Amino acid sequence: MYEQIASNKRKTIFLLFVSFLLLAAVGYAIGLIYGTGWVGLGIAVAVALLLQVGSYFSGDKLVLASARARAVTVEEEPRLHNIVEGLAIAAGVPKPAVYVVPEQAPNAFATGRDPEHSSVAVTQGLLETMNRVELEGVLGHEMSHVVDRDILYSTIVATLIGAIVLISEFFLRSWWWGGIGGRRSDRGNGNGGGLELILFAIGFAFLILAPFFGQLIRLAVSRNREYLADAQGAMLTRYPPGLISALKKIAEAPHAMRSANNATAHLWFDQPSRIQGPRTGKMERLFSTHPPIEERIRRLEEM
Amino acid sequence: MTVVWILLGVVVVLLLWAVFTYNRLVSLRNRVDNGWSQIDVQLRRRYDLIPNLIETVKGYAAHEREVFEKVTEARTRAMGATGVQDQAQAENAITTGLGRLIAVAENYPELKANQNFLALQEELVGTESKIAYARQFYNDQVARLNTLIQKFPSNFIAGLGHFEPKPFFEIDEPVRGPVRVDL
Repeated sequence: MYEQIASNKRKTIFLLFVSFLLLAAVGYAIGLIYGTGWVGLGIAVAVALLLQVGSYFSGDKLVLASARARAVTVEEEPRLHNIVEGLAIAAGVPKPAVYVVPEQAPNAFATGRDPEHSSVAVTQGLLETMNRVELEGVLGHEMSHVVDRDILYSTIVATLIGAIVLISEFFLRSWWWGGIGGRRSDRGNGNGGGLELILFAIGFAFLILAPFFGQLIRLAVSRNREYLADAQGAMLTRYPPGLISALKKIAEAPHAMRSANNATAHLWFDQPSRIQGPRTGKMERLFSTHPPIEERIRRLEEM
Repeated sequence: MTVVWILLGVVVVLLLWAVFTYNRLVSLRNRVDNGWSQIDVQLRRRYDLIPNLIETVKGYAAHEREVFEKVTEARTRAMGATGVQDQAQAENAITTGLGRLIAVAENYPELKANQNFLALQEELVGTESKIAYARQFYNDQVARLNTLIQKFPSNFIAGLGHFEPKPFFEIDEPVRGPVRVDL
């Protein structure tokens, strides 16, 4: 477990670096298209640095806000609070802050920078559909993410990918509607370089592909982490059947969620908006942030 | 000259190892103490709950005197217990007694519908599972500490630093205890 924490720290640093480069490249690509080159890069580097520092300190708040999570008191949700506190004791970490997301799909996530500054959030649907043992199973999984410090990594990735998606979409749309592209072609005529046209094409293609690269980085929040958190969560509660039965209930429940977007999908306990069942295509499997539920159940049953 | 350097290197490595092992022992011992105080907090919470719970059940089932007395007696004994083993035994008595109290309550539909009782029951179930989790954490840390104290060669450092193996907090029933009510 301690080796896991150390290796997570290394991976975190590496992936932060990669997503930083990606954001910088997006900035450079925009610079190319505008014909300002390095200025775009400079701005993007500044933005990326700001975002990483910012999300280290307040990424959790951002994630919680984007999920429209609401902090609940002990009086409002005694059962939830009791379970979270119990699991925190079992894991030997301080009790995380407890949030509820107003969604009917049963789901949960954890966020924060370290166990001392962590939060867990569950959906209203999870509270309504799960009994005590099942809720413990799900929260045990989330608590493992807290203990392993997966949460810092996931939170920062969520903010960075969010920025990449936002910037490239913003750019592509404004180009599509004419404003920026027109200006560029005016300038382009003066230098008349074929080179500039090629650079323009590369930059443009890159911007279209950037969200896709972001997706790949996000996938490196490997599905293995989910298996690991399942196993560790079951070790915390010492009761794998609880988590198994929770997973089974989730597999049958509707998945669509309004407040989960592309940037935060990997944070959740179960992948939001899953197209499920045997019709699940190869591509969807390839780009899932989470392993298929049946596989998670099977591995738990083998424990 | 080379021999001196090699000897010096060996000594430095040994010293580093000794410091590292000593620090590990200290932090494990602190974790054990911390784990014990966690158990203590939860046990106290349960002591506080018992009188309230008894009062509420009494309101509906006054004649179940025997059960109330058993629980109260077990509580008094547990509060006076000293040492891990003694405490564990007394707590087992409380857990059994509370299990019977809840079983008794099951026979009174009006009681089961009482908001106050339901809240207390959730508190009790929550506290019971927190005790179980705190015990689990404590025992895990004790196992790690004791292993380090007994294993060669760290046992030398443990002996020099006067580290004693700690007792486990043991209970004689299924992990979750009988008061596991599905709410």
